Amino acid sequence: MNLHEYQAKAILRELGVPTPKGGVIRQPADCETALTELGSLPVVVKAQIHAGGRGKAGGVKLCRHADELHAFAASLLGSRLTTYQNAPDGQPVNTLLVEEGLPIARELYLSMTIDRAAERIGIVASAAGGMEIEEVARTSPQKILKEWVNPVTGLMDYQGRNLAFGLGLSGEQIGVFVKMLKTLYRVFLDKDLSLLEINPLVVTEDGRILPLDCKMSVDDNALYRQKALAELADMSQIDAKEAEAHTHNVNYIALNGSIGCMVNGAGLAMATMDLIQLSGGTPANFLDVGGGATAQSVAQAFQIILADANVKSVLINIFGGIVRCDLIAEGIIQAVKEVGVSVPVVVRLEGTNAAAGRELLASSGLAILAANDLTEAARLAVEKAQGFAQGAAQ
Amino acid sequence: MSILIHKNTRVICQGFTGKQGTFHSEQALAYGTQMVGGVTPGKGGQSHLGLPVFNTVKDAVRQTGADATMIYVPAAFAADGILEAADAGMGVIACITEGIPVRDMVNVKAALRANGASLIGPNCPGLITPGECKIGIMPGFIHQPGKVGIVSRSGTLTYEAVWQTTRLGLGQSTCVGIGGDPIKGMDFIDCLALFEADPQTEAIILVGEIGGHAEEAAAEYIAAQVSKPVAAYIAGITAPPGKRMGHAGAIIAGGSGKAVDKIAALEKVGVVVAKSPAQLGEACQEAIRRKG
Repeated sequence: MNLHEYQAKAILRELGVPTPKGGVIRQPADCETALTELGSLPVVVKAQIHAGGRGKAGGVKLCRHADELHAFAASLLGSRLTTYQNAPDGQPVNTLLVEEGLPIARELYLSMTIDRAAERIGIVASAAGGMEIEEVARTSPQKILKEWVNPVTGLMDYQGRNLAFGLGLSGEQIGVFVKMLKTLYRVFLDKDLSLLEINPLVVTEDGRILPLDCKMSVDDNALYRQKALAELADMSQIDAKEAEAHTHNVNYIALNGSIGCMVNGAGLAMATMDLIQLSGGTPANFLDVGGGATAQSVAQAFQIILADANVKSVLINIFGGIVRCDLIAEGIIQAVKEVGVSVPVVVRLEGTNAAAGRELLASSGLAILAANDLTEAARLAVEKAQGFAQGAAQ
Repeated sequence: MSILIHKNTRVICQGFTGKQGTFHSEQALAYGTQMVGGVTPGKGGQSHLGLPVFNTVKDAVRQTGADATMIYVPAAFAADGILEAADAGMGVIACITEGIPVRDMVNVKAALRANGASLIGPNCPGLITPGECKIGIMPGFIHQPGKVGIVSRSGTLTYEAVWQTTRLGLGQSTCVGIGGDPIKGMDFIDCLALFEADPQTEAIILVGEIGGHAEEAAAEYIAAQVSKPVAAYIAGITAPPGKRMGHAGAIIAGGSGKAVDKIAALEKVGVVVAKSPAQLGEACQEAIRRKG
């Protein structure tokens, strides 16, 4: 789960990390209050969306006059901002963060993530801040500094000093940086973060060190014990269909294709998408219906898949292990009747009682095609999608 | 022979009297697994499925000589369950539970480093040595004793690999579902090493997916250490970047962890990579043919 920059900075501020002075604008009328609180111009205004690349997309502006701020806020609030990182229709801008303009001397990079290979929290820092760290890693890997934290000892001072000196900090800044880093590490642990990225971390002309931007992601698996953070979730930033699926606890990701997928198991669901592409079609979604695949869960999955107007056929791919395929077939038949599915449905059932399941589907009198194997199922789903699209065009 | 578990493995279940623990213990018993008891704190002394229930894993080990455990406790208690099992001296710990916070797993892995236990999972189907011992949620009947070792990050894709190798008459030595989490117990390399050393295993199927670099690391290991034929399948060619595809660990982050890179790394070292999940069995046959 992603947090907005203003939410992340509020968390840092609460724990004593110095952050730029700022306020939040949710409606044009908030501009005056924010200006009064900040006390001076210029200010920097930033659109709050769950995507990077806001600056280049016109979502960040330095305002030297109050009028400029008013005009910018009026144009951005309620609009959708598209950056190179999000979908073509962008994400809604419902909140702006307005901050004091800072005299910036240097831009640094700092992040904490879970390093999968090291199985530890990894810290990455670089003196080349303000650009994408992947780009820095590719073009000038010598500019990347790394530390890994031993969970037994926690982050040690020397690791902070390694980074501080490596970043070219000096004098009092060393101690300030180490203290900040240890607080950030504490935040990372205590809030169950999977990502904490500050890019840039700026050094001001008067020598202060401040996070100019801040990105936080919370480990979804830990939300049960991070209730306060869970409440910060902004579902408006997520694809509407995905948000709807989320409320039903269905694992769904929207894609651009025409073949809806309903599969049990995440790996098989991805493999099914891949197979559709291999067969000349395009998957409309990822959907893991879970191990049970009951009439109820199948009906729900149908509703989610069919809410996407691009879907021209549905491929159901179930490897019935513990659950018998004839029961799954009954569930599918019931769901197709209930939901009133109008597009062709292709089903591949394998596992316990698969033959009986296919027989039930074939004799159901519904427009359900029972495929004999996975390859045939994908081929049929692609054919039927093309046929349905042509039929609809005529 | 097989790896990790066999017909003499004595298995307990943690979360024994819960719904999942009960169902899958019944299935394991029906398969012929030597289940010797289970653990549910507070229910020690009772009997469940005709087997003794213990309060602690230590008690269970002391009184039954159990050397393997399957864990079905809820995510919030799973880290505790894994470390309790390790502390009690369990040799094989299969944690089926999905949804464990990654911070918990960082700590678990650090604690396990000084312990000899083999952790499988979490967020996995478990492991099975066909005809001998089933520890996990996989359907037993699709398996057949044989010569292919299977290691996989995905549950249902493991079943595909199993079913295809069964129908081709290859059968399986042991199948290990290592799970879909970013930080987990045994990884591809650990299993590859065991399969390479196991006389029953004549070929290996590796099923990977997007996220991380475990497949690339496996490719390097195969080039240096594995003489047996290896076939593979990698899921997620069509997965969009930045999206978590069901599994916590299945995400392309910052342009890294892509399926194409993994496939290229494996093909470079001579692994036969199936284009379709329906061709896993054939890819395995092809790998065997090539090593001839």
